[in-house]
Amino acid sequence: MKSHVFRPLVVVISIVCIALIVRVFYVPKDFGVHERGYMYGWYRQGNIEEWKNVKVKYQGTEYCKDCHSDKYESIMTTPHAIIPCEDCHGPALEHPSEPPKLAVDKSRGLCLRCHSFLPYPTSGRANIRGINPDTHNPDTECVMCHNPHKPSLEGLK
Amino acid sequence: MNRRDFLKKTAVVVGGLSLPLSAFKILTPKELLASTGSKTKTRWVFLVDTYKCVGCGMCVKACKLENEIPYDANVTRTWVERYVITKDGKTFADTPKGARDGFVTSKIDLGEGRYQDIKDKDIDKAFFVPKLCNQCENPPCVQVCPVGATYQTDDGIVLVDRKWCIGCGYCIMGCPYGVRFFHPVYHTAEKCNFCYHRITKGLKTACVQACPFGARQIGNIKDPNDPVAKIIMTERVGILKEEYGTKPQVYYIGLDREVK
Amino acid sequence: MVHGEIWTVKELFTYPNEYIYWSIQIVMYPFMTGLVAGAFVLSSLYHVFGIQQLKDMARFALVFSFALLFAAPMPIVLHLQHPLRGINVMMTSHFTSAIAAFGIVFFSYGAIVASELWFLYRKHFVEIALSLKDKQDKTFSEQLKFILYCTLTLGVYDISEEALKKDEKAIKVLAGLGIPVACFLHGYAGFIFGSVKANALWMTPLMPVIFIMSAIVSGIALCLLTYIAVMEIRKLLASRKKTPYQMYQSKEELKSVEMHVVKITAKYLLFFMIFAISLELLDLIFRGYTAVKSWDVLRSVIYGRDFTDIFILQYGIGNLLPLTLFLLPGLTLRRTVIGVLLVLFGVFMMRYNVVIGGQAFSLTFAGYMHYHLPIIPHNLETLKEGLFGAVGIFVMPFILFYFIGKVFPVFNYKDSH
Repeated sequence: MKSHVFRPLVVVISIVCIALIVRVFYVPKDFGVHERGYMYGWYRQGNIEEWKNVKVKYQGTEYCKDCHSDKYESIMTTPHAIIPCEDCHGPALEHPSEPPKLAVDKSRGLCLRCHSFLPYPTSGRANIRGINPDTHNPDTECVMCHNPHKPSLEGLK
Repeated sequence: MNRRDFLKKTAVVVGGLSLPLSAFKILTPKELLASTGSKTKTRWVFLVDTYKCVGCGMCVKACKLENEIPYDANVTRTWVERYVITKDGKTFADTPKGARDGFVTSKIDLGEGRYQDIKDKDIDKAFFVPKLCNQCENPPCVQVCPVGATYQTDDGIVLVDRKWCIGCGYCIMGCPYGVRFFHPVYHTAEKCNFCYHRITKGLKTACVQACPFGARQIGNIKDPNDPVAKIIMTERVGILKEEYGTKPQVYYIGLDREVK
Repeated sequence: MVHGEIWTVKELFTYPNEYIYWSIQIVMYPFMTGLVAGAFVLSSLYHVFGIQQLKDMARFALVFSFALLFAAPMPIVLHLQHPLRGINVMMTSHFTSAIAAFGIVFFSYGAIVASELWFLYRKHFVEIALSLKDKQDKTFSEQLKFILYCTLTLGVYDISEEALKKDEKAIKVLAGLGIPVACFLHGYAGFIFGSVKANALWMTPLMPVIFIMSAIVSGIALCLLTYIAVMEIRKLLASRKKTPYQMYQSKEELKSVEMHVVKITAKYLLFFMIFAISLELLDLIFRGYTAVKSWDVLRSVIYGRDFTDIFILQYGIGNLLPLTLFLLPGLTLRRTVIGVLLVLFGVFMMRYNVVIGGQAFSLTFAGYMHYHLPIIPHNLETLKEGLFGAVGIFVMPFILFYFIGKVFPVFNYKDSH
């Protein structure tokens, strides 16, 4: 360009060009517009795989059923049948290889999640037998008397 | 120019302008795809039955362990709220630690270490409401991400790219449901993704699996035989904060006007 | 610990993940960009509209705007959880987000200011470069200076009358172009907040306009303040007769020029201030009158919890008091200084009440969050997003101005235009 007036413009354009070249190397190849369009689908495709590869920790009751069939069958006859094993026994992960033994949560707090009495007639809580944790043997662990696998009062230890 | 001429000319001009525009519109492949129905066969939705929820918080515990959210950090991908409406018309609500340890006391947590005692006889209605990401059809959090680090997959799940997120917090501000937070370890935006690693393997989400009462269910709205889809289609369900136009995809049975 | 937990106190019913995620640096950010935009608009008033009385202020404001420009993105960098990834905003811009425009707007604005400065100081660069070129056995620092100024000329050494005429024309065009871009730069900062539909306090189309108006107010105020400070120093130097100035020689001459410029600028400050306050009040009245769902919680925040911050600190001390000071007849220099300091404080409080006030209530509309600014830093987070970080950001443009002023002399430079 002849006139010196355009000199700053040349500088600006060259900066933009440098930025564009940097962009080519910096931005991952799989970054772009995907199914949901530019507004909701502008992302790096490889990230979806990364999320799919997150390790599964909770395996579900079916996973326990075969090896621990005795426990499984006994609890299935009780009201506690609805509680998945891992809610108390913790996530199975790769058990029995890793970890070889699961740490069971036998704390009073775990039982109180459902069995602390709350006077809420319009919720499912009303259908569960509850106690007042402040007056019902406050310093004792529930499992001292109750067997979670035989929760009915006949199953008292 | 009389009126008739004017109208005629206007019609010609408008028609002439809209013709190429409409032609362009038809030729857009995305529009075409949308009009014939998306190619995907999956659209994940969630169904919460608040009548069944007892507030045990097993879902919150399972979620934190499954999704590696530091157990003692005061943030969570899913939580359970308690609502207690008293006879004098007051509404009390709380969610201590997101109900990670359930609700074991009838005292309402008012924050700053204060608690409200409510007498049993004063209660008109009381119930629990589990919350999680709504995987909105029009996610405002995705719209405001400046770098494309959060996005919606073709099956409707909103994910966050932990390697690309700059941590500006705009998405956290943009979510009307308060679902997002900064991950205490990765320092990137974090949110519920319906356990994407599980649902894509045919498993249920951790919270659904951990719930003993069936208060939480996940399904595919595009599958007519899906039990969850059937309920959403045939029964009366509610959604949260409809006025924001986000089209949330978590449906609730037994929603109350007091639910925030 | 979760980000934000350290300075947030929650009360009543809030969602578990809610914290004050946008803290003091996000208050500083619109405050700083506001100063940039305001300073530029002030300089353009002379270049575009030919308001001769502002001539002396115009060049000063432009150079100061350039110094501020570098300081403006710093709060954002301090705020980001991953500052090194900040470049992603330019690399994979997602333009449906208001923040994504930052890269483009900021860069184009920077380019305009830099070009305008180049045209304004081109003659100066050429003169220095040529004088150094002829000089034999240059010292190392002179060698460096020579290289710097040669680069700054961009290879153009034509300073003929004709070429300078062209410069003048280019400045006019750029200044004209700069006004909408400066307004856009700051209007979009307002848009960042105004477009968040989840936030009941922020979401209003008035937000960008309010931000632009208060930006101009704060920019003019800061320019006025710095101008007075620099002139005082010059007066001090002139009375000691240590440095020979080309333009004004005696202390008395300086004094009369100073008062003249200050009075004129103060008038413009007043004009924009009244406009800004009217818009803010309109927004408040409208919210109260329409009283939609969120009004209950907003009212309890505005008239209750944040009453001191909003009505006493912002409107009272930050707006009403300086307005009275400026409107009382017989404006003195001291009164102007107090006035502009209060104006700057008022605009800062306005930003604070928008950013922090917008997070003072929960998304549930049934709970509140209180912000406690970390004063003594005890980790990186409280250093960056605490009092130290904020003060550091505020001081930054003055330090930059000192260095930039070395290359672009603001006062003792003979003007060809």
